[in-house]
Amino acid sequence: MNIATKRWLPHTVAAVGLLVLLYPLAWLLATSLKPADEVVTSLDLWPSHLEWSNYTTALDGVSGISVTRLLGNTLLIAVGAVVGNVLSCSLAAYAFARLRFRMSKVMFAFMVATLMLPHHVVLIPQYIIFNRLGMVDTYWPLILPKFLATEAFFVFLVVQFMRGLPRELEESARIDGCGAFRTYWSITLPLTRPALITTAIFTFIWTWNDFFTQMIYLFAPEKFTITLALRSFVDQSSTSAYGPMFAMSVMSVLPIVLFFFVFQRYLVQGMATSGLKG
Amino acid sequence: MSTVSTRAPARPAPATDRNPPSRRRRQVRERQWPAYVFLTPWMIGALVLTLVPMAVSLYLSFTDYNLFDPPHWVGLRNYTEMLTDDPRYWRSVGTTMLYVVVAVPLKLGLALAVATLLKNLDRGRAFYRSAFYAPSLLGASMSIALVWRALFNDGGTVSGILDSVGIHAGGWVGNPDLAVYVVVLLTVWQFGAPMVIFLAGLQQISPDLYEAAALDGAGRWRQFVSITVPMLSPVVFFNLVLEIINSFQVFTPAFVISGGKGGPADSTMFYTLYLYERGFTASHMGYAAAMAWMLLIAIAAITLILFRTSRSWVFYADEEGR
Repeated sequence: MNIATKRWLPHTVAAVGLLVLLYPLAWLLATSLKPADEVVTSLDLWPSHLEWSNYTTALDGVSGISVTRLLGNTLLIAVGAVVGNVLSCSLAAYAFARLRFRMSKVMFAFMVATLMLPHHVVLIPQYIIFNRLGMVDTYWPLILPKFLATEAFFVFLVVQFMRGLPRELEESARIDGCGAFRTYWSITLPLTRPALITTAIFTFIWTWNDFFTQMIYLFAPEKFTITLALRSFVDQSSTSAYGPMFAMSVMSVLPIVLFFFVFQRYLVQGMATSGLKG
Repeated sequence: MSTVSTRAPARPAPATDRNPPSRRRRQVRERQWPAYVFLTPWMIGALVLTLVPMAVSLYLSFTDYNLFDPPHWVGLRNYTEMLTDDPRYWRSVGTTMLYVVVAVPLKLGLALAVATLLKNLDRGRAFYRSAFYAPSLLGASMSIALVWRALFNDGGTVSGILDSVGIHAGGWVGNPDLAVYVVVLLTVWQFGAPMVIFLAGLQQISPDLYEAAALDGAGRWRQFVSITVPMLSPVVFFNLVLEIINSFQVFTPAFVISGGKGGPADSTMFYTLYLYERGFTASHMGYAAAMAWMLLIAIAAITLILFRTSRSWVFYADEEGR
């Protein structure tokens, strides 16, 4: 191999790999704009003409509930989950990373162990609890747990980050008479911002993508999320309305794509550090 | 030590305290109650949404329960039925194991290969790193599962391409032998998350090590085996544990690709899908709870085995001096 090949080969491999990897996304976008007769008969990626009516059909939504409403519902749940996770996980993480209390080691070990706990073990009793509280078919079962720091992954992530912060600032704040709450709010929390942003973005995307919990807890079509609506759209129309179905799919992944473009630096770094400091 | 409960809160710590606080620590020492205030949301969650539900689900696993009538104690019947008298249960175990055994090594192998490739790029590394990571975020969505189903369906892109090169496999989604691999490929497609972790691990290996090895005459492959693999083994271990735990719980793609029913012929009846069907469609909540406990035992056992065996192949640089 001469020098030029050596330099260009990795780039070529990476570029070709990326094209293969992104093909399904290009297919999704192209199919959402295809006229009905081309979807099943043609293997061409690009449509002969752009069928924008797929999008107007999709905008009408499912069971008389518009896509705007469905996106609004999903946004409400996702924002509630983000606020809950950032608040409760940072509180718990501060106690684990910085405060001394009896049983701290036992509690921390328990928290880490729940990282492995399959959700299915607590699923049925949780369902019974929310059912007894009259919260089935409301958004509470999807939001309330996030305010109680049930996602150990994020508690752990924030603990690891806080442990890496220098203690000096906090200690001098303490000596100057700041209580634990003041120190947490004014010193530690601002320094923890990168980890909190990571928590917020991942919570948003995971809640947006979630299907299982939403399917179990929500029944009324007007409370549906975009994911649930997409599923009932598939059930109703089968393969006859591919275009509108994928138009709705595009609308449902659009927020994730936007989040990815805006925050990809935090996402990639958050993922990278989670594997190195364990 | 009967005086413990009557001890005044302000009394200084007894001399027998196992970890006497250092002088510096003592200066900033606080009472303990703020810690419990910080922990209140987490403790409520751990108790009400984790510990109590775990106990309840263990109890329910020994009952017949349909969510409406009171649970009826049946002893070990759910477990014995599952293990001896339910071929669909074993089918779901087999499908899930096949999926884990095929998907996890493929995904991690691809992740490591691409991470190594990107590490050697002189420019554009950040761009490729982000671009390869994108599927990891989108792949969990209903939309992408639908795309996958369409791509691998009869007359879809994949069967079209295979036809044109003379392989007439038809649609994979409707083929009981191939349907599970549609889910496998969707999982492998999301190799970006472990790749990002591998890349970060690779970048932490000191270039001095490679220079020294090159001076000693070690070739590329020798360097990879003797430096990269041992230095990266903690990261490999982390990714392996994480991916195995996650893979056992795959649901959305299996649900979508099989039309929610695990078909064709139960070939995509993954463990969690069968659990959902037993519990929420057929209203056998006790049986589903027993299945959840078997899943927990399996995950705990596999994690334990991984941790035990890791001692012989995971290399921690900071332990070297011991």
